[in-house]
Amino acid sequence: MIPFDLTYHRPSSISEAVQLFEQIQKQGKTPLYYNGGTEIITLSRLNLVFADAVIDIKHIPECRVLDRKQNELTLGAALSLTTIEEANPFPLLAKAASEVADHTARNQITLGGNVCGQIFYRETVLPLLLADCDVVIAGKSGLRQHSIHEVFDQHIRLEPGEFLVQIKVDPIYTTMPHIHIKRRKQGNVGYPLVTVSMIKKERDLRVAFSGVCPFPFRSQAVEEQLNARHLPIETRIVRALQQLPEPILDDVEGSAEYRLFVLKNILTDMLIALEEG
Amino acid sequence: MIGKSVIRKEAWDKVTGRAKYTHDYLETGMLHAKLVISPYAHARIREIDTKKAFSIPGVRAVITGEGLPLTGEDLRDRPPIAFEKVRYHGEVVAVVVADTLVQAEQAARLVRVVYDPLPAVGSPREALEEGAPLIHERLGSYQKGKYTYPEPNTNIAHRTKIRKGNMKKGWMESDVVVEASFSFSPSDHIAMETRCATAEILPDGNIVIVASTQSPFMVKRLISAYFGEDVGKIVVRTPLVGGAYGGKAPVQLELLAYLASKAVGGRKVSVWNTREQDMITSPVHIGLEATVKLGCTTDGYIKAAEILFLFDGGAYSDKAIDVTRAAATDCTGPYHIENVWCDSLCVYTNHPYASPFRSFGHCEQAFAIERTIDLLAEKLNMDKLELRMKNAIRPGHTTPTQVLLNQSNVGNLPACIRRLYELIQWDEWQRIEIDARTVRAKGVSCSWKTSTIDTDASSGAIITFNPDGSVNLMSGVVEIGTGTKTILAQILAEKLKMDINDVHVKMEIDTQSTPEHWKTVASRGTFMGGRAVLEAADDVIRQLKDIAACILRAPIEDLEVGYGKVFLRDDPSIYIPIKDIAYGYKYPNGNAVGGQIIGRGNYILRHLTPLDKETGAGKPGPEWTVCAHAVEIEFDKRDCTYKIIKAVSVIDVGKVLNFKAALGQVMGAMSMGLSFASRETFLFDQYERVLNPQFRTYQPIRFGEHPEYIADFIETPQIDAPYGARGVGEHGLIGMPAALANALSIAAEVPLNQLPLFPELIWRTKKGEQYDSF
Amino acid sequence: MIRAPKCEMTLMVNGEKHSIVARQADTLLFVLRNYLGLTGSKPGCLNGDCGACTVLIDGTPIKSCMILAIETIGKSITTIEGLHDAPIQRAFVEQFAFQCGYCTPGFIMNAHALTEHRPDADDETIRKWLESNICRCTSYREIEQAVKSVLAEGQKQE
Repeated sequence: MIPFDLTYHRPSSISEAVQLFEQIQKQGKTPLYYNGGTEIITLSRLNLVFADAVIDIKHIPECRVLDRKQNELTLGAALSLTTIEEANPFPLLAKAASEVADHTARNQITLGGNVCGQIFYRETVLPLLLADCDVVIAGKSGLRQHSIHEVFDQHIRLEPGEFLVQIKVDPIYTTMPHIHIKRRKQGNVGYPLVTVSMIKKERDLRVAFSGVCPFPFRSQAVEEQLNARHLPIETRIVRALQQLPEPILDDVEGSAEYRLFVLKNILTDMLIALEEG
Repeated sequence: MIGKSVIRKEAWDKVTGRAKYTHDYLETGMLHAKLVISPYAHARIREIDTKKAFSIPGVRAVITGEGLPLTGEDLRDRPPIAFEKVRYHGEVVAVVVADTLVQAEQAARLVRVVYDPLPAVGSPREALEEGAPLIHERLGSYQKGKYTYPEPNTNIAHRTKIRKGNMKKGWMESDVVVEASFSFSPSDHIAMETRCATAEILPDGNIVIVASTQSPFMVKRLISAYFGEDVGKIVVRTPLVGGAYGGKAPVQLELLAYLASKAVGGRKVSVWNTREQDMITSPVHIGLEATVKLGCTTDGYIKAAEILFLFDGGAYSDKAIDVTRAAATDCTGPYHIENVWCDSLCVYTNHPYASPFRSFGHCEQAFAIERTIDLLAEKLNMDKLELRMKNAIRPGHTTPTQVLLNQSNVGNLPACIRRLYELIQWDEWQRIEIDARTVRAKGVSCSWKTSTIDTDASSGAIITFNPDGSVNLMSGVVEIGTGTKTILAQILAEKLKMDINDVHVKMEIDTQSTPEHWKTVASRGTFMGGRAVLEAADDVIRQLKDIAACILRAPIEDLEVGYGKVFLRDDPSIYIPIKDIAYGYKYPNGNAVGGQIIGRGNYILRHLTPLDKETGAGKPGPEWTVCAHAVEIEFDKRDCTYKIIKAVSVIDVGKVLNFKAALGQVMGAMSMGLSFASRETFLFDQYERVLNPQFRTYQPIRFGEHPEYIADFIETPQIDAPYGARGVGEHGLIGMPAALANALSIAAEVPLNQLPLFPELIWRTKKGEQYDSF
Repeated sequence: MIRAPKCEMTLMVNGEKHSIVARQADTLLFVLRNYLGLTGSKPGCLNGDCGACTVLIDGTPIKSCMILAIETIGKSITTIEGLHDAPIQRAFVEQFAFQCGYCTPGFIMNAHALTEHRPDADDETIRKWLESNICRCTSYREIEQAVKSVLAEGQKQE
């Protein structure tokens, strides 16, 4: 139950959506772009989100694109996670998506919603960070396309009135050797204790994390250490983990110490699998 | 009919969405309440400002705790709405009543409460420390039951003492002694239907409550007792209940609904828990800290048991007192031990308050006892099932409360153990290394349970007829999912030798027209309800024979009832259809005799006595169901993760009345036990606030995480029970936590004495051991 | 631009059109229960975690507590009340796949969609789909048997 009143808007084009946002804001009200909607509904129950109006972008054609061109894979922000799982255009992303929440919830949770979410795991962003993908963002001045690294730092950095329209992936990344491991406190459903995505580009490993810090991240410093192949795996992992951007999370899912233990094991398995494979 | 897997009577309603639960009775004009709850575990309420809440349109009342009587079943320590101070995170501090739920919610957010936080007590041991904050300063002044023994100026709400035999002698005879401590925090029942109650006070003073409860008849009694209402004017209705597991035995929201209705001139008000509030505001599954010391001879005969249970009863004692008493009652587990010392304390903490949880103190105590038995076996270097078999309780032995067991009042534990032994191929292996990282292990446990309900608890049944000769059955047993109403129909169909489809069951409870069943708890529905049904059936048979004797011109003794007829035993071709006499017999000339037949029956527990204050001697329940359990797991030695492969329970049920229903009860209980043991707990912060009152962070077992389940039955009849059947609703659960902990302890090669068994706990325990060895 | 927080909406539920006036902020679950009297969909958590409120929207299982009613305009909604003699209903009865029955409508809707969309579902697919729902009474084994019996029946007929 959303304990406040709001109006619901369903624009059919990008420009209409952006205009709506602006108009509503001009009236002194708080608009929110609305995709799958699950997080907005969840957080509003807990008084953590408020909106006077929601602008549903799921019906904008550009947001629904799933297009596999030879040199570019385009994924609309409104694609549900199960759509991505079933179409499987990017196996690592499909795997990461398939570990979020549960299947029924994923029928509703969208790629854009997960990437832009407030709840800090945002696990589908991990493959996107590894694939150096581009993001297409709509705003007042039209569309802009950037490398994800320019706009995603811990969370997506959008200007007011902007929303994520598409993700563009270079298809070479969709066929690289990869591993995605999500470890929970217990069981098969729920938030991660830690989640790690890794791909191997030529000889180099790329790695991104969720559940380690209160934001998902990929770190050059961590990767450098992991790729120092002249050193034993154990040393590389120890050094890599000294490069984490923030102290490891310590919360209801698990203590920092334990997360570190799990992380080390996951990285060991991944390194062995990808370097030998 | 008996033993058959008859499909539950309400099955088709349930698969078509037509089955109705309390919150499904939505009505125009009904008001909605929203609870304002405390964000603190322990704090003084300095001020409550409700003015702003009234700025929301549709708000009809905001109720606070001033001037309300204290409540509680054994000890009246709980204000229905907090007054002066709050004692747990989630406690109700105000109730907002509005036209719609949204308005109530909006207004609830505007109720401003100013608190002065107090130091919070986070565990029973902390609560018992010298100088610990007192949670109930006026404990000595509370009204209490005759057999409740609070200790004023402490945090002890009640202490049950078991003193059997001679401890000195027991220790003298013991060659080997083990002692260990165990603990787990409170957790929750998480029935899928959150608790809900509506109340309406009619102009003539009649109070109508509709509630999702296991205790409709107790709701009536308690509202009368607490608020001085005429008990006859209180009507409680209970439709289908969406899971209960003990959590719906206490009376809480019903009181708030009553108060809310009273505040708005008697209009109907609904109080419905959100999931978050259902988890922390309403009563929870009790926590425990225990120390167990066992002594035995070198050949494995246990001679002494010294047991300390410190139960985390939470902020209010309510039903927790009873739970802690029940744990003491069966404190040794199903073993013959002559010298027993046990103190079982219901301790106040600043945690959500506890209520019964399926198995009523037994899965909790069994975890401590059965882990200790395994430790003892290890120390003795004896087979774990052999040690249990040697000490298995049998007829001729006495229980911790000194009840002499006989062939009827206790099941056959050795038979359960023997069956378990075969089912899990115990002799093949108990721990096996699959590869360098993977090990499989089997853990076992035994359990027993009697009910510990009021000594004068009773159950009633009424049978009426339809014009076609089919019958209507009314019993006060609430259909909480156990299928007991269907079992009662089977018992009746068997007795009247009729088609089960001709037995119509009244599913809902209406305390005005349904005969009382004390509470639908303690796996006592089939026994007590069944005895009442059998007596009602006898009553019907007697009446049918009476009138048939006159019409058939035959002595009553020559008549039989069955197959829709009353017939001559030696010549069934001479008969009268029941439908022709159930509403009186009409002669061809229009004269009538007899009249409608209404069968009545009741059963009251017999020969039960309260426990003696100093020794615990007393007879708590009519019989003990005994069980043997096993869990097989696969453990990853590096990651400390594991998978539950198989779970087995062998239960002496006396007699299986409905095979698939019995399997379902046992397997469902096992699942709940494994879920509790492997992942369910509240997590508290340093201020004792619950951090995980949602399924996102409190994850029960889900589909796909379930192991293979094997449930098997031994049948040693309880002579005075319907067809010999013993209680079975809870028993699959009791031994699961212990069996899982035993299996994992064997696999990980460290003693795991805490719950839940998260991989992190195992990892920590293993690490601790390594540190110790350096 | 300024619109009332309530508005009229026409929803297609179980093959019937329903016009109602509801808050734009109302979830589909709330509207089904409170405006249409379809109380088969159950509130279990209102947080998208338990699956008791699962309905089908254009054939896809969706948690109705996590979607606004107004979002479903123009879509076809099927609730448990809209299932008639579906094989999964009978299978649930025969396999004793429920006890208290509260999670049952949501479980059945999800399982029904599974058997319709993925008649060849393997164990892993069944797990992936059905871990979306929580049952507190059964051991899940009974539910697994019910679903598998329907899948097996479907495969036999092919």
